[in-house]
Order: sequence, then structure tokens, then C-alpha cells
Amino acid sequence: MTPVKITAPFTKEAVKGLKAGQEVLLSGVIFTARDAAHKKMSDMVKKGRRIPLNLRDAVIYYAGPAPAPGKMAIGSCGPTTSSRMDPFTPELIKLGIGGMIGKGGRSEEVRKAIKKSGCVYFLAYGGLGALAATKVKSARAILFRELGPEAVYRLEVKDFPLIVGIDPKGKDVYEKAGWKKE
Amino acid sequence: MREIDVSIVKETISALCLKANFVLRNDILKAIRHAITIETDQRAKNILRSIVENARIARRKGLAICQDTGIAVVHMGIGQGVLVTGGSLAEAVNEGVREAYRKGCLRSSVVGDPMIRENTGTNTPASILTDIVAGDRIRIEVSPKGFGSENKSMIRMFRPTAGQKEIRDFIVDVARHAGPDACPPLVLGIGIGGTFEGCAGLAKRALFRRIDRRNPKKHIARLERDLVKEINALGMGPMGLGGKTTVFGVNILEAPTHIAGFPVAVNVSCHATRSAEAII
Repeated sequence: MTPVKITAPFTKEAVKGLKAGQEVLLSGVIFTARDAAHKKMSDMVKKGRRIPLNLRDAVIYYAGPAPAPGKMAIGSCGPTTSSRMDPFTPELIKLGIGGMIGKGGRSEEVRKAIKKSGCVYFLAYGGLGALAATKVKSARAILFRELGPEAVYRLEVKDFPLIVGIDPKGKDVYEKAGWKKE
Repeated sequence: MREIDVSIVKETISALCLKANFVLRNDILKAIRHAITIETDQRAKNILRSIVENARIARRKGLAICQDTGIAVVHMGIGQGVLVTGGSLAEAVNEGVREAYRKGCLRSSVVGDPMIRENTGTNTPASILTDIVAGDRIRIEVSPKGFGSENKSMIRMFRPTAGQKEIRDFIVDVARHAGPDACPPLVLGIGIGGTFEGCAGLAKRALFRRIDRRNPKKHIARLERDLVKEINALGMGPMGLGGKTTVFGVNILEAPTHIAGFPVAVNVSCHATRSAEAII
């Protein structure tokens, strides 16, 4: 099946037809954020402070890129394990994010929050950071720069290959995986 | 005594860090190519082909195979006839790591204190394992160990009367629990016996062995083969999206243990299991 082309940021309306398991090529602007950045954003929300990043319709990529060698825009930049971000995710979904990119399964709370809001969770190809780097056209650390690789980077991507992990209706690609123990 | 200057250790470590991060091990590549031929699921085949493509890009462009360039695990078999001269051996190891990670644009993934969590910015200190061995050389193995898979590793202290079935069930459960988070197809390093810390060390050392070599003891080699079959039968497949290949290899190292115990450690590693070695 031909992958669906999508441009980020996107509205919930634009992705409502996506189905779990579908292949996607994502272009446009996405933001990296992993453990430390999520904790910082969560602390800001708890303290009633504004997060200095427009999260409305934004796509968050769970990644900590390697530094850019030579003429590359970025170094190796595959996804990190999404489930570590689960405790912070429903809060970010409430703030209006459009999508998330990572690897692996999510908690039931996250699945429900995705379904409620109509946003989407994508799987990127784990361990294929060099391939991912070739899809990144520009990269700039814009927030929490002191965190080094854990800073928030604004990435401009072109045809970044993804698979729909949890679709806006809440269907999870791993839901019926045979290896899962009940 | 044969003298080895620390500067040689440093240069060797640096070269091995770069090689391990840019060039996928040929035993792993061989396993991927084999898996492509046996998978019938189109998606599984495509993911495996992408893994080969990723390795090609990494090597050609000097990009890390995976952005998680890991904690540098450095395993040294130090010949008892070696005299290390010119400075501190541990410092030379860390200098080599520091230099490679800077030059190679490899990610700094080490925080200096687990509670304070400030990035050291140099990917040091390395995790250093040493064995004193016969001879007058140092065998150095370096593995950049990513934490997506490291986080899924487990150790359990079984009763000495535990049967093989119990041990196998535990190991298969570790693989199942690792799921897609650990980037399957996996490689499992397993330690059996020894002490608590010794068993975990065996599991780590097992990951350095080529996955197409079996344990020299027949009954352990059989256990390795049985585990490969049993874990592949889970059907988890590449990225956990289904397929026949859930594990590329299971390597076991065993050691004598106490009459009251039976430790088993499983060090989980990913399809980008990386290492490089040299003898100086």
C-alpha cells in the first residue's frame, strides 16, 4: 500500500481518517522532546507557568539526536521508547498537541487520551537513526538547550517514514499482538 | 613484562568506539540477511531491508547506526604479563571514549549522578569490565550499549532445584516483556551461575560473542538453540509488528555457583547490537 503523505503541524480534522498500521510519510515541522524536556514542561504546567512553545497542533518526536557531522543537518536521530513519556502525555494532549512520534507501545491512559482528543501516535523505525537523519532538512535547538541532546529541537523533515501506532479512534496497532500476555 | 603505553590504549579505544558505532557487526548483518529470506510477512521483510539500508547509510556517511550511541562498555582481558605504563589505564580508556564521541559526533548519553542527572557532555565515564588472563597482551572489546534495550534487562536468583523449564520461561518472558521498546529482533546475552554481580557481568560479556558461535558446552549450546526457537515462536517480529524473527541470537555464558543458588541474568540488546574488538 502506498504511504499517506501528511504535513505537520496538522489539525485533528486532517488526520481523522488515519488507521492503525497505515504507513505515513511525514513532512513539515516537528519538535523533539524526551524524558528531561517532558519533566520540565510538566513542572511548568504544575507551577502554572506558560510553556514557551506553541503546542497547538504540534507534533512531538521522542528523540535525542546525535550531533550533526559535516554537512548533515543533524546526526543519527531515531526514536526513543515512548512509554517513558506516558505519565506526561495526557497533560500534553490536553494542551492541544496534534501527534506524537516514538517507538513501542503506550499505556491505556494514553490510548484513551488520544481517542478523546483525536490526535495520533506514530511509530518511527527504532534503531534506524542514520536513515532518519537523511530525512531531516534542518535542525535547531530552541528550548532547554542546557539539556544537550535532550533539548527541544525544531526539525524540518521531508518524507519521514512512520507507521500509525494509535489512530485517532484509539485503535492500537499492538492491541492484538500475539506475543502479548494477557 | 611487556610494556604497553596508555597512549596506545587510548588510541585503540577511540578507534573501536568509532568502528562499533558506524559499522554494523558482520554476524548481525548476516542474521538480518538470513531473516529477510525466511520472513513471509511483507512488512517484516521491509523493516529488515530498512535495517540493512540504515547500516549502509551509517557506514557511507559516517553517521551513528543508532542515535543511542550508548554507554561505552569497555571489556578488557588484561594479560598478566602486561605492564601498563605512562599513566592511568582507566583514564586512558575514558580519554579514548571522550575523543571518539567528540570527533565522531556521537551522542553524549551519560549523566554524572543518577539523582542530579546532569549530562557529563563527554559520554564518560565508560563502564569498564576487566578480566586478568594469561599472556602479555590486552584484548579490548568496546560496545556502545543503548538503553532502550538495557532497560528491559533482568536478573533473578532461582532456587538451586529450579528446572530448565523454569529458567527458559523466565528468559522468554524477559523477551516478551521487552516487546517493541527494545527494538527487536533482539540479541540476548545471558549469564547463568556465579554470584549476583558476576552473573550480570556474564550476561554483558555474552553480548560480545558472535551470534553465529555457540557455547562450547553441548547442553548449554542446546539451551541457546531452544531459546532462539521458543522466542521466535512468540511471533513478535521486527518492531513487534509480527514476524518469524524476534531474536537474532541467544548467547549464554555460565560460571560455577553456590549450592544454595542459581542466578540467571538476561541482558537485552537490540537489532543494532554493536561492538568492535582489537588485541594490543
